[in-house]
Amino acid sequence: MAAVTTSTERSLNKLAIVGVLIVTMIFLAPIYWIASTAFKPRNLATTIPPTVLFQPEISPFVKLFTKRSQLRTAPTPEQYAAAPWWERLVFDGGEKVVRSGRGEVQWSGYPNRFMNSLIVAITSTVLAVGMGTFTAYGFSRFKIKGEQDLLFFILSTRMLPPVVVAIPMFLMYRVVGLNDTHWGLIILYTAFNLSFSVWLMKGFMDEIPKEYEEAALVDGYTRMEAFFKIVLPEAATGIAATAVFCFITAWNEYAFALIMTNRRAQTAPPFIPSQVGSGLSDWTVIAAGTFLFLLPVAIFTFLLRNHLLRGMSFGAIRK
Amino acid sequence: MATAVMTTLDPNSRSAARGMSDLTIRNLFIIPTIVFLIVFNIFPLIYSLGYSFTDFRASSAAPANFVGLQNYRELLNDPFIWSNFAITAKYVIVSVVGQVVVGFGVALLLNRDIPLKGLLTTLLLLPMMLSMAVVGLFWKLLYDPSFGIINYTLGLGSFEWLSNPDMALYAVAITDIWMWSPFVMLLSLAGLSAVPKHLYEAAAIDRAGSFYTFFRITLPLVAPILMIAIIFRTMEAFKTFDLAYILTSQPTTEVISIRLYKMAFQEWQTGRSCALAYIVLIMILAITNIYVKYLNKVKER
Repeated sequence: MAAVTTSTERSLNKLAIVGVLIVTMIFLAPIYWIASTAFKPRNLATTIPPTVLFQPEISPFVKLFTKRSQLRTAPTPEQYAAAPWWERLVFDGGEKVVRSGRGEVQWSGYPNRFMNSLIVAITSTVLAVGMGTFTAYGFSRFKIKGEQDLLFFILSTRMLPPVVVAIPMFLMYRVVGLNDTHWGLIILYTAFNLSFSVWLMKGFMDEIPKEYEEAALVDGYTRMEAFFKIVLPEAATGIAATAVFCFITAWNEYAFALIMTNRRAQTAPPFIPSQVGSGLSDWTVIAAGTFLFLLPVAIFTFLLRNHLLRGMSFGAIRK
Repeated sequence: MATAVMTTLDPNSRSAARGMSDLTIRNLFIIPTIVFLIVFNIFPLIYSLGYSFTDFRASSAAPANFVGLQNYRELLNDPFIWSNFAITAKYVIVSVVGQVVVGFGVALLLNRDIPLKGLLTTLLLLPMMLSMAVVGLFWKLLYDPSFGIINYTLGLGSFEWLSNPDMALYAVAITDIWMWSPFVMLLSLAGLSAVPKHLYEAAAIDRAGSFYTFFRITLPLVAPILMIAIIFRTMEAFKTFDLAYILTSQPTTEVISIRLYKMAFQEWQTGRSCALAYIVLIMILAITNIYVKYLNKVKER
C-alpha cells in the first residue's frame, strides 16, 4: 500500500478531509439552528442578520409547557417579586402564565402530547419486538414451506403507504370506537413495525450458531428452555437495536397520527406543526418543542451507530 | 398463505419427548404474527377493495351504492389525477437523483483515511433518523423569505421558496435530499468498503486513470447496493406525504398521497379514494417486488 501513497494521494486526502468537514457543517446547520433557536429570547429568533451569539435562555421551555396570555398591563413589582423564577421569565417576554381560579398553573397541550407519544411508541415497540423475535426464531430455525413468499408478504405490509391503510382503518376504528385512542395507534404502529422487526431479527437469529441450542437439547433442555435461556441472551444486542429502531419509527410517525387522532390520543408529530400559523407564531417555543422531541432520537442514533446500516437495509447488509 | 405454515414437521423430534414439539413451537411462534398482519393489514385492504366499487361517503349516513368500476374509470380518465402522478414523478426523480449524487459523493469523500471518520459518519446520519413532520416544520423556518437563514446565507434577499408555485416542489425535494442523502451515503459506504483493495492496487500498477478506475472498478462493484438504496428511496419518495404536506399547500406540490388524503379525509369521497388507494397500492407492490429481489441478491453475496 505504501507504494500507492504518493504525494498527490496525500494532498487528495487532505482535500477530502476539508470536503467532509464542509459537508458535515452544512448537514448539521439546520439541526444546530433549530436547537439554538430553542434557547433564544423571542426578539432574537427572527432577526436579519440572523443572531448567532446570544445569551441562552430557558424561557422558551417554560412557555412550551404553560398556557400563556398577553399582558395588558405590566405586573406590579409585588406581583413580579411574588412570582416564581420561571414565571418571571414569562413576564419578561410580555406575557403571563394562565392560572385557574384556585391559582393552579395551566399546562399547555405539549406535555400531554409528549406523554401520548411515549405511551404509544413504547407499547407498540414492546409488542412488535416481542412478536417479531419469536417469529424470527421460527423462520430462522424451522423449515417452512413457502418461506420466501411469507417473508415477502411480511415485508410488503411494511411498504404500504400510510394513507392507503389509514382509509379502511379509519372506517373500521369508527365502528369499534378506536379512533383517537392510544390502542388505535398502538395497533397500527405494531403492525407497521412487526414486519421490520421480523426481518431484522431474523438476521440476528441466523447469526447465532444452531449448535448452541443443539448442545442444550442434548443436555436435557426442552426447545422452549433452550430458546429462553440460550438464544434470547445471545440475541440481546439484536433485540435492543431492533427495539430502538421500532421506537424511533413509532415516535416519528405522522400520517397515521394525523388521521387517527385529534385530541385525547394525539401524539407530538401532528401537534407541533399545528402550532405554526395560529396568529403570530413564537418560533422559540416551536423550536423548544421540536428540540425536546428530537433529543431522544439524536441520543438513540448515537447509541445505534453500529447497527444503522443493518437496520436501514432490513437486515440485508450486515457488514 | 397461512396454511403454508402448517406443514408437518417431525412431531417426534428429540425435544418433543419433553415439552412441546418443534412443530408446535414453530406454529406458536409464527402464526400469531401472520394472523396479526392479516387482520390489521390485509383485512382492511379487502374492506377498502369492497368500498372502492361504491359511491360511499364516510361523512354522510347514506348507504353505499354499488357503482361497479365507475370510480376506477373516472379516476384513470381524470387529468387532475394524472397531473398529481406527474408531480409525484417529478418529485421522485429530483429527490432521488439529488440523494444519489450527494450521498454517493459524500461516501466517496468519506471512503478515505479521515480522522474521526466514525463520529463524522454518525453526525451525517442524524437527519434521516428525525421525524419527517418535524423536519418539515423547522425547514419552514429556514426557508422563510424574510428571516430564513437560507436566503440570508445564499444572499437571495426575500426569495420565495414555499409560496412560489414553481419553486415549492424543489424546496420540498431539497429538504428530502438533506434528510435522505445520508441513507444513500450509508449504503454506498458499505459497498465501497467491500471493494477489494488489491483491485485498486492492480489498477495503479497498470497506470489506469482515476476515471477508468472509478467506472470500471468502483461503480460496478458498488452498483447492487446502490440499487437497493435507489429503489428504496424511489418507493419512499413515491409515497411521500409528511414533508410536502407540512411545508407547503401549493397545488404544484400536491403529490399523489396528499391528493389521496384530501379525497378521503377532507372531501370525504370515501369510495373513490379507496379506488385511488388501490391504484397506488398496485404500483407500490410492483416496486416492492423489485426491491426484495435486490435485497435477496445482495444477501446471497
